[in-house]
Amino acid sequence: MSLHSPNVTFHERVEGALRDEILHTALDRATGRFQNLRVTALASLPDAERVRDRARLIRAHTLAHLDTYLEQFAAKVEQAGGQVHFARDANALNEIVLEIARQHKVQSVVKGKSMISEETELNHALQAENLRVVETDLGEYIIQLAGETPSHIIVPAVHKTKEQIGALLHEKISIPYTADPAQMTAAARATLRREFLNADMGISGVNFGVAETGTICLVENEGNGRLTTTAPRVHVALMGIERIVPTLDDLSVMLQVLARSATGQKITVYTNLLTGARRNGEGDGPNELHIVLLDNGRSRVLGTEVAEILYCIRCGACLNACPVYREIGGHAYGSVYPGPVGAVLTPALGGVAQWSDLPQASSLCGACREVCPVRIDIPRMLLVERDEAVRAGKMAWWLRLGLRVYSVTATHPALFRLATTTAGWGTRALGAFGKGWLKRLPPPLNGWTQSRDFPAFAKKSFRAQYRESRHAELIHLDDNAFRE
Amino acid sequence: MTLKSDAPRRAQLFATCLIETLRPEAGMAVVRVLEKLGVTVEFPDAQTCCGQPAFNGGAWQDARAMAKYTLDVLSKSKAPIVVPSGSCADMLVHHYPELLASDPQYGPLAQEISARTYEFSQFLVDVLGVTKISASDVSRLTHDVLRLTYHPSCHLLRGLNITQAPRELLAGVEGVNMVEMPSATECCGFGGLFAIKMADISSAMLARKLDAIESAQVETVVGCDVSCLLHIAGGLHRRGVNITTKHLAEILDPAPNIQITEEMYLP
Repeated sequence: MSLHSPNVTFHERVEGALRDEILHTALDRATGRFQNLRVTALASLPDAERVRDRARLIRAHTLAHLDTYLEQFAAKVEQAGGQVHFARDANALNEIVLEIARQHKVQSVVKGKSMISEETELNHALQAENLRVVETDLGEYIIQLAGETPSHIIVPAVHKTKEQIGALLHEKISIPYTADPAQMTAAARATLRREFLNADMGISGVNFGVAETGTICLVENEGNGRLTTTAPRVHVALMGIERIVPTLDDLSVMLQVLARSATGQKITVYTNLLTGARRNGEGDGPNELHIVLLDNGRSRVLGTEVAEILYCIRCGACLNACPVYREIGGHAYGSVYPGPVGAVLTPALGGVAQWSDLPQASSLCGACREVCPVRIDIPRMLLVERDEAVRAGKMAWWLRLGLRVYSVTATHPALFRLATTTAGWGTRALGAFGKGWLKRLPPPLNGWTQSRDFPAFAKKSFRAQYRESRHAELIHLDDNAFRE
Repeated sequence: MTLKSDAPRRAQLFATCLIETLRPEAGMAVVRVLEKLGVTVEFPDAQTCCGQPAFNGGAWQDARAMAKYTLDVLSKSKAPIVVPSGSCADMLVHHYPELLASDPQYGPLAQEISARTYEFSQFLVDVLGVTKISASDVSRLTHDVLRLTYHPSCHLLRGLNITQAPRELLAGVEGVNMVEMPSATECCGFGGLFAIKMADISSAMLARKLDAIESAQVETVVGCDVSCLLHIAGGLHRRGVNITTKHLAEILDPAPNIQITEEMYLP
């Protein structure tokens, strides 16, 4: 259930990311563009706010009855000639896929984009059994060539500039250097086309599984998804157990907000609806369709205070909107799922104790909640996980103690006045050298003065000034009374 | 000025701990503005801090203690509560009822207080019905026109959904030239303890906000949260940039604007 255990600390990764100027160039270009496109695309949807409300209700309803819908989905898939597997955790999923590969004597695999496969590190498992695995989503292909992991849930190579990608393709697939996206895409397309034709197995992700028909829906922009799911003789589709919608009508609601929120498109270039494997008499499609449903902690999250995070439809809008993500990028989170959604989902699935830093990596500005197509209250859940982390003993002792002392002080007004008066003397004494400003605070508060000065407390508190003003009024009244 | 016919004549001021200690002048401006509008200000003297630092830090047990204490203090009067801070108001309005939802005594009290708590600009526009405050003394400053930019703080904007009230009030002040900064709705990076625990990220976010403010070429940044304003002020001071930060009430304040002098801070 690791979601990938980091080998350096969160703070070390953040420091590295903040120093990386190329990363900032890449992130600013991409996230800025996606945010603008999203706003325009949602404006093109009549009554977008109500569609979002409906999308949220569909997600809430589905998860409240997930057991029923999963059963229905599995039954319908099997009726349509597909096979369904349930994987309790990452290892179980990898073993299921390996077993299918063994049965069909698979040697080479093409993959469409799948975050589930990243979650279970499926590529490692397949390669360990000497299978040839090629990522066919352009972003994933770039990441695979670079030997990296995705840093964004829908734009895996968002951390790379086109110049870096040009150099990478030049080195790895021996094409002349170019930073022109069209030329680079054409070169990758030519290489990947051969892979599609030679592959024995196609592995894809799933955006939604439709319970009433057993259909899986896969959205994409490159056509690689369609080839992955139709050209090889075996298709294995990987999905989280929460990615169900009850009906095709419900699916249409989700599709109205998904692409708009993700890439700012009204609809993706390819929207694949796949029901079952190739039927008798059909000329195309795989001989077998296997759908593997992954739990990996999800069923434990149902019914908890953070269950709402399972409403997520993986559009990535919260990543683009997040000022923290924009500064540190996806890799700094250390998890398969970065950004605001990852900061909630990772501790929810992998344990707050192991991932206690992630819920802290937010100023709680609420930009994620504002853009979420299904209105997940991400800041609220970050707070719930912070509370859990404190109860699990994951808060620094000085902070724990500091907040306890503060709370006792703030519930005793005389003590509060004494404390603020004392702190006032202290900060004014220290600030006397800096004309009312403190250039340096002692540890552990020195983080503040890393980039900003701290003001000395006012000489006269609000309470004192207010009392004086009332007093002055009283004197004024007395004077008048006296004169009369 | 005509206020709404049902405008309350009294209000309790929850001044917030930061105004109490760091920006009392903003609190005094709030008092003067309210009184000028005919609202009698009550100041429950036992008030301290709403508990937000503990709540955001995850120390909910401590936050609950402070929430209950504050509810006790504020429930002594039936007057509506005015909070000159978006984030503290958000704490009282949204988070108290959540924090105390399962408490049979304080849960209902939290709901009751939540329903009559307003952020300062919201109270002026939505509750009192103020559209224009004309008597500002901004023009009595050394400048003819005050160039300012407005920073919509996150909890005000996205927590309480207050988008227009502060802008409407500022637009009504004579002598104010409002300049929009780029990406105004973006967080300044404060986030309470976040600024200390995640100082690197917070500093990077602040740098962007300061760049945006500087690019607007203003004399003053106005906001409805002293916390964010102090964060921005600290950053501007570190950069050696001569741009002041003011709470909205200080711009609306009918009293002569008092220049803050160094002596006021010296012990």
